[in-house]
Amino acid sequence: MDELLSNVQWDEIGWASWDTLVMVGLSLLFSVLIGLPLGVLLFLTGKRQLLAQPVAYAVISFVVNILRSVPFIILLIVMIPVTVMIIGTSLGVAGAIPPLVAGGAPFFARLVETSLREVDRGIIEATQAMGASVRQIVMGALLPEALPGIIAGITVTAITLVSYAAMSGVVGGGGLGDLAIRFGYQRFQTDVMIITVALLVIFVQLLQMLGDRLVLYFSRR
Amino acid sequence: MARNGFLRNRWLGFAGRLGYTVALLTLHSQGCYVIEFDQVKKSYQVGDRAIPALHPTSMTIQTGEVFGIVGHSGAGKSTLIRLINRLEAPSGGRILIDGEDVTGYGADELRSFRRKVGMIFQHFNLLSSKTVRDNISFPMKLAGIYSRNEIRQRVDELLARVGLSDQAGKYPAQLSGGQKQRVGIARALACRPTILLCDEATSALDPQTTQSVLRLLADINQELGLTIVLITHEMDVVRRVCDRVVVMDAGEVVEMGPVTDVFLHPRHPTTRDFVFESENIDRDELQQDLQRAEGRILRLTFKGEATYKPLLGHVARESGVDFSILSGRIDHIKATPYGQLTLSLVGGDLDLAMAAFHRADVDVEVVR
Repeated sequence: MDELLSNVQWDEIGWASWDTLVMVGLSLLFSVLIGLPLGVLLFLTGKRQLLAQPVAYAVISFVVNILRSVPFIILLIVMIPVTVMIIGTSLGVAGAIPPLVAGGAPFFARLVETSLREVDRGIIEATQAMGASVRQIVMGALLPEALPGIIAGITVTAITLVSYAAMSGVVGGGGLGDLAIRFGYQRFQTDVMIITVALLVIFVQLLQMLGDRLVLYFSRR
Repeated sequence: MARNGFLRNRWLGFAGRLGYTVALLTLHSQGCYVIEFDQVKKSYQVGDRAIPALHPTSMTIQTGEVFGIVGHSGAGKSTLIRLINRLEAPSGGRILIDGEDVTGYGADELRSFRRKVGMIFQHFNLLSSKTVRDNISFPMKLAGIYSRNEIRQRVDELLARVGLSDQAGKYPAQLSGGQKQRVGIARALACRPTILLCDEATSALDPQTTQSVLRLLADINQELGLTIVLITHEMDVVRRVCDRVVVMDAGEVVEMGPVTDVFLHPRHPTTRDFVFESENIDRDELQQDLQRAEGRILRLTFKGEATYKPLLGHVARESGVDFSILSGRIDHIKATPYGQLTLSLVGGDLDLAMAAFHRADVDVEVVR
């Protein structure tokens, strides 16, 4: 057993796990804060919707598509100057967050848009007929009705961010990915690789379970 | 008939139990509201073509009446009812509510106007994420002018009114169709509207539930003096609750008038179709029956008191005419009893019989 895991430094693993948690947590928070209004805007400005604005929709949609179509590993590199401008460094946990948000927010925005589209149009019509403003329709009817879908979207985004966060190890981000690349890959320490991958798998499983439970709790159908 | 009586008694018991609530729901429509359509039209833009949904239409809906709009799907009735609360904007013409042109309303005016117009829907459109109580209080919360206390009291009143006091904490998914529509009605009444729009409100319900929802609507109309506009594709709904009706076909009003007139003497082919449909009459079968009958064929229409008079035997004795009944129906249009019989008459003095029918205030139509 000692032989098998001889390269594993458990305190390193602990710190790296914590860093991953911080990166995923913070980037998820910002992705939701930016992606949710963006998704609502995408929905509202869409064809035949409450604030149908073809031009605005096309512009937002275009930006979202660009961010989503660039492979994340490229986005990590392209974002370096922007990250340095915002954070002061492109390295470490803090340096990984801007590219993670740039990847996560548009992804989440699309998921929000989709789950809002699944809300029965009749409910929007009924709320309109009560004399609700667009703001009231969004806050009082659309978001509560779409909540299970949005929570499912947050879960998917969180899991995507776990894999993105691991990828950020390539350009000097922190966390389990960094550990896997520096020790597992560059120094051929297979045991470290196995442990980090196992931890990531457990992390993803836990996120999915939590997400599923929340979705179930908020579904009143 | 016995079952009908049973239902009615149960209903009366129910209404009596709620007597105190009824007293609480005071007549709140003090103003005299009238809905007036003045050459209103609507067309949808598809590409560069304008597809007409409603041809220029003028009509007036009176305060406190139950006004029916009948038509097949795609006839424009859905558009018509949505023009009233401006869920659809008219392409031309004016809509006056109590003399005020609402077509020019800005966003804020439109929102406060909509609070005075309740609406219920075929598929209920309740918020699945809110409980029954929260669904009913939703429009009051949106209005932002009611205190928490007022809202709680009003919702309790409404829950009792629609008979759902024990379901307040449930979610819509836990309710039956009829219960959902009752929640819809309570929600529509929350802000004390003066007009209630019903968009195929009973089309998704089974016949018995339909009956009880229609009774509820009729009661609300009576107690609150609420003007009700309802659209439906079932003439039977019109017969049970409406005072006046318009029949629509391909975006046009083809017939309009009191339900008793339109129902008993339909003129337009579309209207006839609806009436036959609602009475379950197979036209070909009826035609065959008429061909096999001898003598003169008359269709008699009794209305009101005349329905109960022992007229046929009397006329037969006086004029010496023998009759056989080919088809017939005795029923009610809202509260008015009516009968419609198709007879074949043989022998005797036909003119004398006709005169006797006329004297008794019976409408006679010579079929053959």
